[in-house]
Amino acid sequence: MIEFKLPSLGADMEEGKLLEWHVKPGDAVKRGQVVAVVDTSKAAVDVEIWEDGVMHAILVQPGETVPVGTVLATVLAPGEAAPVVSAPVAVVAVAPVAAAIKAGPSAVVVSPVTRRPAVSPSARRRAKELGVDAENLHGTGAQGAVTLADVEAAAARQGGAVAQGLPIDRQQAMRRAIAAAMGRSKREIPHYYLSETIPMANALAWLQRRNAELPITERILPAVLQLKAVAMALKRVPQLNGFYRDDAFQPVAAVHAGVAISLRGGGLVAPALHDVAVKPLEQLMRELADLVKRARAGSLRSSEMSDPTITITNLGDQGVETVFGVIYPPQVALVGFGSVAVRPWVEGGELCARPLMIATLAADHRVTDGHLGAVFLTELRDLLQQPDSLASSSAVSGQGGKEK
Amino acid sequence: MNMDRHTLMASVVELLCAIAPELEANELNYARSLRQQVDLDSMDWLNFLVSLHERFAVSIAESDYARLVSLNDIVDYLEARLV
Repeated sequence: MIEFKLPSLGADMEEGKLLEWHVKPGDAVKRGQVVAVVDTSKAAVDVEIWEDGVMHAILVQPGETVPVGTVLATVLAPGEAAPVVSAPVAVVAVAPVAAAIKAGPSAVVVSPVTRRPAVSPSARRRAKELGVDAENLHGTGAQGAVTLADVEAAAARQGGAVAQGLPIDRQQAMRRAIAAAMGRSKREIPHYYLSETIPMANALAWLQRRNAELPITERILPAVLQLKAVAMALKRVPQLNGFYRDDAFQPVAAVHAGVAISLRGGGLVAPALHDVAVKPLEQLMRELADLVKRARAGSLRSSEMSDPTITITNLGDQGVETVFGVIYPPQVALVGFGSVAVRPWVEGGELCARPLMIATLAADHRVTDGHLGAVFLTELRDLLQQPDSLASSSAVSGQGGKEK
Repeated sequence: MNMDRHTLMASVVELLCAIAPELEANELNYARSLRQQVDLDSMDWLNFLVSLHERFAVSIAESDYARLVSLNDIVDYLEARLV
């Protein structure tokens, strides 16, 4: 019997509220399949299962809030027969107790676990938009389910006040979650910071040439070149890519870049763009666009929330010159990009005007020193001078090479 | 396609609101810089232009992005290219 547990969807998550099951007992499930939707303080996340099998018993019902690690359901391994006596009943009783004991500083208020009516996905979405607490509505749908009409009627009763962005309590929960993760980072991680000015003329000219020939749907943003360059530079300095756990650094071979995405209405998430080093730029662009869209719509997957190996933040669109980031534990580094702007520069002894961008590194002194950080930033700078090598690198990166 | 300017502007604003749902459409100033009024990052901006491209079947060259500052600029640009 496989126990399907609530995964940690980021360092700032202590518990989650089960919103919805996509499967029922008896359904066959495949590794990587989204089987449930769980609400964290940041977003509703599609939770994937990592084993093949057949769903056996659902132990946590929609509406229940449980701590990370709680068994949500049991799954029969392929070929396994269902046990005669169903033990899980006991576990159901345990979960709310565990939730009540849990009271970390970032813990969202745990509501007493009672059976609540199901809320249809469209109703939930609309409720979020309208600032209505769908969970406490009287549902008129099948088996008391809260429907879209119920939500809209409730909003009308509230005077039709349409919330902008996220409802207030949601924003507070996100603020608390970010505060807990960043507080832990600043307490535990001895940060050091480096910065390097990067000439961007080559990269921008290359992008302009490339994009000029393509329809708007296939154009690439400079942010994609930055992501790719970071992933390639990490090949040279792998000590910045991975996790610090149990007093030791655990390097990760693949680069899963946590992309900091600000949410409309406040707060941010940094879900992973997977395997950046080995994917071509076109694919990275498509996946980045999709990731931003899903992050803002609140439909991220559990693997995206839990496995970024480094975070990349770009505040350049806001016109900020430099950003020194706070490392997201258990990661060990964060790369920040500021705006690309034309500024004075010296080339061959001559003063000239050039588009420049400041890249920064915040890194964990328990794992690396400034010397390695400097090697990384200069490698990043050099890679951005050769955009062709970034475009072609996906073909050879698997063998550890960085250029043809 | 024959579309008057008012209808065209309404469609453009509708697409913009799909990208930035917190927008109050009636508070937009059509003559002012759009990105000074609306929080749009480069991904939002690209998605907005893609949605214009899809709705009106007008291709927008990357070299023209800099001309599209206000909503009026965008509607002028589309009008000139809609037959």
